[in-house]
Amino acid sequence: MRSTAPPPVRRQAARAAGLLGAVALLGVILLLSIAVGAKSLPLADVWSGLLHRDATEYAVVHRMRLPRTLLGLLAGTALGVAGAVMQALTRNPLADPGLLGINAGASAAVATAATFLGVTAIGGYVWFALLGAAVVTALVYAVGGGRGATPARLALAGAALNATLYSYVSAVMLLDTASLDRLRFWTVGSLASADSATVARVAPFIVVGLLVALGAARPLNALTLGDDTARALGARPALIRAAVIVAVTLLCGAATAACGPIVFVGLLVPHLVRALTGPDLRWLLPYCAVLAPVLLLGADVLGRVLGRPGELQVGMVTAVLGGPLFLWLVSRSRVAHP
Amino acid sequence: MLRTLAGGGSPAEQFIVTELRLPRLVTALLVGAALALAGTVFQSLVRNPLGSPDILGFTQGASTGALVVVVLGGSSLALAGAAVVGGLGTGLLIYALAWRRGVHGYRLILVGIGVAAILTGVNGYLLTRAPLMDAARAVLWLTGSLDGRGWANAGPLLAVIAVLAPLVLVGCAPALRMMELGDDTAGALGVPVRRLRLVLLASAVLLVSFAAAAAGPVSFVALVAPHVAKRLTRAAGPNLLPSMAVGAALLVGADLLAQRAFAGHQLPVGVVTGVIGGGYLVWLLAAERRAGRL
Repeated sequence: MRSTAPPPVRRQAARAAGLLGAVALLGVILLLSIAVGAKSLPLADVWSGLLHRDATEYAVVHRMRLPRTLLGLLAGTALGVAGAVMQALTRNPLADPGLLGINAGASAAVATAATFLGVTAIGGYVWFALLGAAVVTALVYAVGGGRGATPARLALAGAALNATLYSYVSAVMLLDTASLDRLRFWTVGSLASADSATVARVAPFIVVGLLVALGAARPLNALTLGDDTARALGARPALIRAAVIVAVTLLCGAATAACGPIVFVGLLVPHLVRALTGPDLRWLLPYCAVLAPVLLLGADVLGRVLGRPGELQVGMVTAVLGGPLFLWLVSRSRVAHP
Repeated sequence: MLRTLAGGGSPAEQFIVTELRLPRLVTALLVGAALALAGTVFQSLVRNPLGSPDILGFTQGASTGALVVVVLGGSSLALAGAAVVGGLGTGLLIYALAWRRGVHGYRLILVGIGVAAILTGVNGYLLTRAPLMDAARAVLWLTGSLDGRGWANAGPLLAVIAVLAPLVLVGCAPALRMMELGDDTAGALGVPVRRLRLVLLASAVLLVSFAAAAAGPVSFVALVAPHVAKRLTRAAGPNLLPSMAVGAALLVGADLLAQRAFAGHQLPVGVVTGVIGGGYLVWLLAAERRAGRL
């Protein structure tokens, strides 16, 4: 915190203005995501395709681009907010649903369901993904919530879990060529298979998860000061922790069920946003909710442009974009020396 | 069987033993020993029981090299070569990124995790670019399998182990023990810490890469073997030779289990080590936490 910080009222106004700017940016990305693809649409056509049922672009926009964009919006928001609350809860700057293995837990559960239980539809995936995410979230918290937990050790435990779970997923894919064919696209992390049924299926989980996370923002602020201080401020630590774990499970499980495990979005966005808002979760979370889909959809659009005539999966693009940031974070001494 | 090994037996028995079973056994022994040695060196260097090459990105690098060959189409020799190149390239990259006036354990771990996450994304993408049959072959390779391994697979690995194992075991083991006390202490005791670390890292990466080229990146042998060896010998410091023995035994045992456990269905050995390693890992995390070290 700089010593020449502006007075609180002006700072609040600046943050609100910044949030409006972020929403405007999100609007631009949403339009871009509808416009760019195998068949590029000029903006005027996007508009008429959205609004007029008899326009020639109606089918492209409503069947393919719109569900994909909405799914990107939902999944991006979910991952960004989940990353932010996890970083606050574990007091760990390296917490990310992808790096800590939560998305991998959801993947392992989905792979099990797809191969052994014959579940093929997204409607069935969701429940298994939630179950897998819940188990790993609880495990990560049990490991990382202790007093002696350092960022590096938690990251290492997460990486170890990731390695285990992905070796299980590839073993499952090996047993059954049909599920290999389905799952190999899903395990990269992709928005390509989105349709309106998928969006409708996961939206309720993500919305509930978001509401719980946003509701927990203020008490979670208190909790970052330590349990005793939080209690003195009237918060109930156990209840808040449980609420955050439920929120993370809902957000990550639903996002992973719909578009596969995506890393680094939950890490990258809170770090970028914190530079703008500071650590106050009441501002951090809304900013993350708006800017994370900007990143995810931006990566998706980039993948569609770079990968022509096909496309690069969004999970691959975020991994390549987010990796260097992770390395930069690591190179700062605070994290690298526990 | 012993009679056949000694030179007797019918031609059919001769063929089965010397051309099918023996190469597979030798490859398993060598891969297990190489991975265990590399894992012990890594865990000792980064001073963390979880610091194995599967977690730090070296294995993923070898996989990326192999997958590029699968996507572009190439012989199994090219695949093995690409795995070695990928593993070494990743090792260099991680070392360069973690370099800051020397390479420290924790930065190496975290950089390794970051690189591993990037490469996992790249590997997943490469897998979607391959035709389905090639993708199935690639997943089999990625899991780690000893099916159909012959003398051609064991040869290069044997050469690498023959060169590097004496170097590490004889040349570096005493110094490695001192380095576990801390870089400063080791330096004060006359150990050339930086140079030694570079040599050890390079040897470990070479071992992992060649083991991956021979049998695919068999998971968790490098993680588990040093721990088991430590429990068996109850000795302090890196148990290099016992670890190699445990690793070799572990892989041979896992391969036997993989071939026999499900009648009529041979699993690749990597599945078995993955299951064993995963269970062990969860136990390790719990134990570390109970001991207050995590």
